[in-house]
Amino acid sequence: MKEKQSFEDDLKRLQKIVEELSGGKLTLGESLKKYEEGIKLAQSCSVSLSDAQRKVELLTKKDGKYSLEKFNQAESEDKV
Amino acid sequence: MPKPGPDLFSQVMGPQEQKHIYSVSEITQDIKVILENTFGGVWVEGEISNFRVATSGHFYFSLKDQSALLAAAMFVRANRELKFKLEDGQKVICFGKIDVYGVRGQYQLIVDKIEPKGLGAQQLAFEQLKNKLSKEGLFAPEHKRELPLMPFCLGIVTSTAGAAIRDILQILAKGAPGVSAVIRAVRVQGEPAAKEIAAGIEDLNKFGKVDLIIISRGGGSAEDLWSFNEEIVARAIYNSAIPVISAVGHQINITLSDLVADVFVETPSAAAKIIVDKRNALIAEVGSLRQEMIFIMSELIGNLKNELVALRHMLKSPLDRLLEKQQLLDELCNGLNQNIRYYLNISRERMVSLIEKLDALSPLAVLSRGYSLSVLLPGGEIIKEAAKIKPGDKVKTILAKGGFIGLVKEIVEERSRFC
Repeated sequence: MKEKQSFEDDLKRLQKIVEELSGGKLTLGESLKKYEEGIKLAQSCSVSLSDAQRKVELLTKKDGKYSLEKFNQAESEDKV
Repeated sequence: MPKPGPDLFSQVMGPQEQKHIYSVSEITQDIKVILENTFGGVWVEGEISNFRVATSGHFYFSLKDQSALLAAAMFVRANRELKFKLEDGQKVICFGKIDVYGVRGQYQLIVDKIEPKGLGAQQLAFEQLKNKLSKEGLFAPEHKRELPLMPFCLGIVTSTAGAAIRDILQILAKGAPGVSAVIRAVRVQGEPAAKEIAAGIEDLNKFGKVDLIIISRGGGSAEDLWSFNEEIVARAIYNSAIPVISAVGHQINITLSDLVADVFVETPSAAAKIIVDKRNALIAEVGSLRQEMIFIMSELIGNLKNELVALRHMLKSPLDRLLEKQQLLDELCNGLNQNIRYYLNISRERMVSLIEKLDALSPLAVLSRGYSLSVLLPGGEIIKEAAKIKPGDKVKTILAKGGFIGLVKEIVEERSRFC
């Protein structure tokens, strides 16, 4: 959830920066600053999308409390 | 004695004249109105017998049960859509209206819809529930939640034993490796399935860390998929704060879950593909935003560079002109210095010659050569001719060194006298 939020914020900010840059109303100094920020945002967005650190977990509930267990995919395939 | 003729006739016919006498057509018409108005849209359950297809394509058969029989007709425009074959002995539920076929004095059921009995009842229940939920607004487009731009954590409500979860995870692993999954394992068919699916959706909402929920199961018969048609599941989807994708079955078999869900797809794989597509689209978008930024900046810098070159060019000529002027100034300064020196020399020379001339003209110089100068006293006028003086005048004579004062003794008119 947090990751999604920051990703969406980053992307929105990136879109805004490109819009501002293409508006052509900025000074060179401002443009360079925005550009630098934009490149950083694009980088962080790409990392979020390409990051391969995914987890597959099983949500279990015990006495009204939730916990996550590792989900063993191979095991489930055996059952099929 | 009874009277003959009209009396007898009136006696016999009289009472009958007061009753309403229907013609066959009339009474048939009245029966038609009553029957058709009363049974304008009815569900009738029965067993098919005497089934036959006319050359026109119309179906004619009878519906019967233990103690009665009802003639039925299903015309081409209705039976064209029929998904299954009708056979004698089949138990069915028909929907239609009672029609009176006056020519033969028969009433019959004109069938609009027909369903095999087992499913039919369920289908009826399904239709009723669907109508009810639809009226409540569960399927309303304005209630549909937008899927997140990019879900990074999926909640999946399905069986861990099915092909559905395997398909979804495989596609995600390949196409969206950054997306995590939280699986809420439930049964997806049989009596307790609906409750478990509904609870699974609620659990994921309470757990709260997922961006998107997929409820799924693989293909199966209509009965297998039935849990996804139950009200409790429909309501759980409707009440979910997190957007829900319904991915039930293997073909187009629309369940109520599909209708309530924010997005529905035909298969579990298709649900996973939505995520993969989203990711690919975003990667492309970020890439193109990045490109655009680089393009804008290089254009901006290029333009500024050109401007700078132009400005530098413009700056060059005044500078050159300045240098020219400086050179001129230097030359002028040199010239001026030389001129001044020249004039100074000339002036000095002229002064020297003037001084010499002055020297030459000085009376003193003449005196030094032995001449003297006399002036008449007391006036002091220089005496140039003898006629200007007379004996007895007092004169002062200036010599090269000193002088004297004397009295004029005699006037000599002729210069020659001295020579």
